[in-house]
Amino acid sequence: MKDIEWARINKDVLASLESPRAAFWIVLAVCIALVLCGVAAEVYQYKHGLGVALMDKPHYWQLYISNFVFWIGMSHSGTLLSAILLLTKADWRKPIYRFAEAMTLFSILTAAIFPVIHLGRVWYMYWVLPYPNQHTIWPNFRSPLLWDAAAITTYALSSILFLYVGMIPDLAICRDNAKGWRKKLYTALSVGWMGRATEWMAFRKTYVLIACFLVPLAVSVHSIVASDFAMSIMPDWHITSFPPYFVAGALYSGCAAIITLFVMLRYIFKFEAYMTTEIMDKTAKLTFAIAMVWNFLNLGEYASIWYSNDMFEKEVLIQKFIGPYAPVVWGMLLCAMVAPFAMAFEKFRHNMWAMFWLSLVLQLGMWLERFQIVSPPLASNHEPWTWAVVWPGTVQLTLTAASFGWFTMLFLIFCKIFPSVSMYEVKEMVFHRRHASSRDEMEDIGKIKDEVMRSEGGLA
Amino acid sequence: MALKRMLENWSRLRQQDYYAEEPYMWGMAIDLNKCIGCGACVTACYAENNLPVVGKERCGSGHSMHWMRIERYWTEPEGTPEIEQEEASDFPERGAHYLPMMCQQCNHAPCEPVCPVAATYHSPDGLNTQVYNRCVGSRYCANNCPYKVRYFNFFEFWKDLPHPLEMQLNPDLSVRDKGVMEKCTFCVQRIRAAKDAAEDAGHPEHVEDGTLMTACQQGCPTQAIVFGNLKDPESKVKKSWASHQVELDRYEQDKSEDVRGYRVLEELNTESCVMYLDRVRDTEA
Repeated sequence: MKDIEWARINKDVLASLESPRAAFWIVLAVCIALVLCGVAAEVYQYKHGLGVALMDKPHYWQLYISNFVFWIGMSHSGTLLSAILLLTKADWRKPIYRFAEAMTLFSILTAAIFPVIHLGRVWYMYWVLPYPNQHTIWPNFRSPLLWDAAAITTYALSSILFLYVGMIPDLAICRDNAKGWRKKLYTALSVGWMGRATEWMAFRKTYVLIACFLVPLAVSVHSIVASDFAMSIMPDWHITSFPPYFVAGALYSGCAAIITLFVMLRYIFKFEAYMTTEIMDKTAKLTFAIAMVWNFLNLGEYASIWYSNDMFEKEVLIQKFIGPYAPVVWGMLLCAMVAPFAMAFEKFRHNMWAMFWLSLVLQLGMWLERFQIVSPPLASNHEPWTWAVVWPGTVQLTLTAASFGWFTMLFLIFCKIFPSVSMYEVKEMVFHRRHASSRDEMEDIGKIKDEVMRSEGGLA
Repeated sequence: MALKRMLENWSRLRQQDYYAEEPYMWGMAIDLNKCIGCGACVTACYAENNLPVVGKERCGSGHSMHWMRIERYWTEPEGTPEIEQEEASDFPERGAHYLPMMCQQCNHAPCEPVCPVAATYHSPDGLNTQVYNRCVGSRYCANNCPYKVRYFNFFEFWKDLPHPLEMQLNPDLSVRDKGVMEKCTFCVQRIRAAKDAAEDAGHPEHVEDGTLMTACQQGCPTQAIVFGNLKDPESKVKKSWASHQVELDRYEQDKSEDVRGYRVLEELNTESCVMYLDRVRDTEA
């Protein structure tokens, strides 16, 4: 196969900022409509109280919390693809990591909405933050919800930093080719990047440093989200293996989301030459591996509950499989446990649209998983008198749909304004591919680099 | 200043018997043998604590606000486990066991550590206190309560009160707005008044047993509910606890044949302050 021509890279990627297919505008319009529906639902709920969302005793938590876990989970794959694969020097990540990072950021922004709209008194949400105040009251540092607030804020800020720092060289390319308001925007954001060797050195160091910081952070963030459940005493929430289970589930649903957006971007922005079937193949293999880890932890959780012989936990587990929420649980097992085995076949992995639909099925499975974590234990808790089954109402479903609209809207706007494929990293990849056989040449390049460094150092 | 206060509180938290010298520890004993399931306690609670009456529809959708409830349980007759048989009879409610359930004022309350803004905390006299003004409505406490006795203001219930009825609200405590969690307080306004009265009478550390009654206790026609100070060796409630060998800080009581005392779900180590006396039935009759 003929490789991508060097000169075409800038042109192709910059074109994505200009002329997407018509599908772009259609999807964007649908997303904005969904967001408007969500705003209406939230205003209605704000005015009348949370009762309109059809939560009740004992279902004090429902879709808002499961959506929150879902979106936080989705944000993990971007960090995985970018940071972990950067540290392990996997070259194939290069054309797809930028949008994975953007996905991370926007799914955090989506996730952050849910704990807010879920509060009874939204207008006092800032009380959760530890700030000096005239009440001389601190928030409760023992509460997992407080850890959540801290973890999400940290994660959101670090993800913005990671995305932005990784984009600086590309923003400079955009700056050099843009006119009008875009020129002003890119000039400001590219912070005077000239492409000097010293700049590259500093850039590389910073980037790796943030990546090293992000990997443990991402793991801790989802462990803390898992603590929301694991730290409680509710049967089937109080499970020690929840943190690793949540992290695996997060990476799993995130990888599925990457595949979805991979195919979508490839089509909408005509990135066929960059997002190749080989990359899809590798992404699918990674997803498959993570799916198996998740499967293992899921079965391990069932086994540990079953053999613990705790009366309440066992009852909740049995109710999950034969009770009123059984369709959700079986749906999850079908979508998230059985469906990924399709990725074991190479022919399937190489079919873009088959992968697209499969990734949607996997995400549906993971969304159902979050629902069955939150709701069934509430429905059959310690206190038999309060046992009740409640399904989410229109307001909750509208806000759920709106969250998907909100995420996709932010993502599409990002792709239209910023390069969603990393130009400089793709160039690097093409360069490495072209010169993979000639090691001498690489050494020459190294020598040249050293010389440039020395002379620039002298200048400084 | 705020930091200093936090460190102070923190060191207090680590101190095991910080409240050992406190003169009060409020507790309750409910004799299920005496309970006839009439619901007078529930009604009394509604009147005393400004509880909103939500109507049939919202009650059906699980939004009712009764801090106290009478739970009914049936023992399945031996050999015929089908509940349908009971339902098919003319008197489906025959043979119910009643269990008045309200906040158990746990000393290891699961609701307390999970509140992000510390709106629920433990008072020195053993009450599990809910500060309405501080509550942001995350509802984590209600999820983590194994007794499910916390009630959330899902709507602005007070707005539904027709005009002259607001005159009968109890002025001793607030009316709660939407988005706030609430629960049984052991009638904290009455406790406060009794403490003040004791102080005025010149014995600030001692509220005479029997002078202080909760609304549910007062309303109970069979005197199934006994409320008082567990730290007062002469109080009725303390004597009841002692005679049934129930101790506060244990999660499993040593039981002999002839004592009936137990606490609901005490194996969860909640150290609740409400003791129930098991119902004894003559199944042969």
